[in-house]
Amino acid sequence: MTEVQTERAISVVVNGVPREATVPVRWLLSDALRHGFGLTGTHVGCEHGVCGACTVLVDGQPTRSCLVLAVQVDGRQVTTVEGLSRSDHQGGQVLHPIQEAFRECHALQCGFCTPGFLTTIAAGLDARDPSVEITEEEVDEMVGGNLCRCTGYANIKKACRHAAATMRDEAAR
Amino acid sequence: MKPAPFGYADPTSVDEALDVLTAEGEGAKVLAGGQSLLPLLSMRLAAPTTLVDINRVPGLDQISAGRDGVRVGALVRHAELLASAEAAGVQPLLGRATANVAHPAIRNRGTTVGSIAHADPSGEMTAVLALTDGSVTVATPGGRETIGWGDFFLGPLETSVHGPAVVLDAFFPALPERSGTAFAEIARRKGDYAVCGAGVVVTLDADRRVSSARAAYLSVGLVPAVHDLTDAVVGQPVDSADWTAAGELARGLVDPDGDLHASADYRRLLVATLTARTLADAGAEALARMETA
Repeated sequence: MTEVQTERAISVVVNGVPREATVPVRWLLSDALRHGFGLTGTHVGCEHGVCGACTVLVDGQPTRSCLVLAVQVDGRQVTTVEGLSRSDHQGGQVLHPIQEAFRECHALQCGFCTPGFLTTIAAGLDARDPSVEITEEEVDEMVGGNLCRCTGYANIKKACRHAAATMRDEAAR
Repeated sequence: MKPAPFGYADPTSVDEALDVLTAEGEGAKVLAGGQSLLPLLSMRLAAPTTLVDINRVPGLDQISAGRDGVRVGALVRHAELLASAEAAGVQPLLGRATANVAHPAIRNRGTTVGSIAHADPSGEMTAVLALTDGSVTVATPGGRETIGWGDFFLGPLETSVHGPAVVLDAFFPALPERSGTAFAEIARRKGDYAVCGAGVVVTLDADRRVSSARAAYLSVGLVPAVHDLTDAVVGQPVDSADWTAAGELARGLVDPDGDLHASADYRRLLVATLTARTLADAGAEALARMETA
């Protein structure tokens, strides 16, 4: 019969790097990322799915890392905020357009919620046709599941539009 | 905010899952999407001794839309149901309601059947199961049985299923002919638990007069319920029906509780307003469907 375990070895590809760890089964994915793999870019806010700060991408899909057990991502691909930047093919890294836009538009103040916004919006922008003008509804949907207590959201939404415009220009080139 | 220690098993068949659930007894709990269960664990509102994760069981991730209705497997994520044009074509309430389930990141993981098995009266899909007169298929060591929504929901977070069991799928009957639907909710933040929500179905007769108007509500009452509002509008031409009267009828039928977010009276007001608004939309859709049929 299927064994009931309290600890299990998992292998996960995190930001393109295969990682292995033995984790208590009660560890959340956020625990494994921060304590198991030392990737503290994923911030844990409410730890019950409300604030969105801990959002990461599991097989490319935005997912609350506090609402998934670490054992459940065995064999999957996880992207954290540390993995949003891309190689510039000259030995360096370039930020994702939404990361650039956050800097450009002053879309963060204390920065605690930022990793969750960046992963969620990056996945949303990457999934859409960049040649089509982004709508307010799309922007609201992308930011609506994340809480920010500093900015009032105006600059975060501005950054979404800014990044969408950048991606449209890049696609047109 | 960490779950209490538990044991974990991830069987690869329904029978294996039932074996583990049977062996582990009362403290065992099925884990599917986990978007309601894990917060309960983290807040220590629940402390199961064993989680039986069904995510590796094959065959439970299917949406099958036929003439009779839509069958949604236990591992179908809200986002998948939302994206299914076939499902929405057979029963438009599925897409409409799913769009209101939480936020995209939650919809990517949470399952439609899981939220039904969770039996939260503020859940969208519990209300839709009731409104469409749907049912669930439950596997137990004794076999499989179909349970209608009215026999399934017993109370908040409580169903009639006890002992080792896995809810395999939910079945939502198709929208009848000459009918339209609408769904709306009021939440403090879009995607949060609704302060109040309403799903409605309006059916017309061949002369485009209202023959049936029914509604189910979210966050109103302890279990999902379907309210028949036909008396307020029966026989009225759909384009001039007195939907406000139907809203007033609904206001008198419901018995919501008050809480931190809304008083009982405010919820009754929302029921009246949302009912009138959604019935008008559903009536217009029924008419449009008749004209294109």
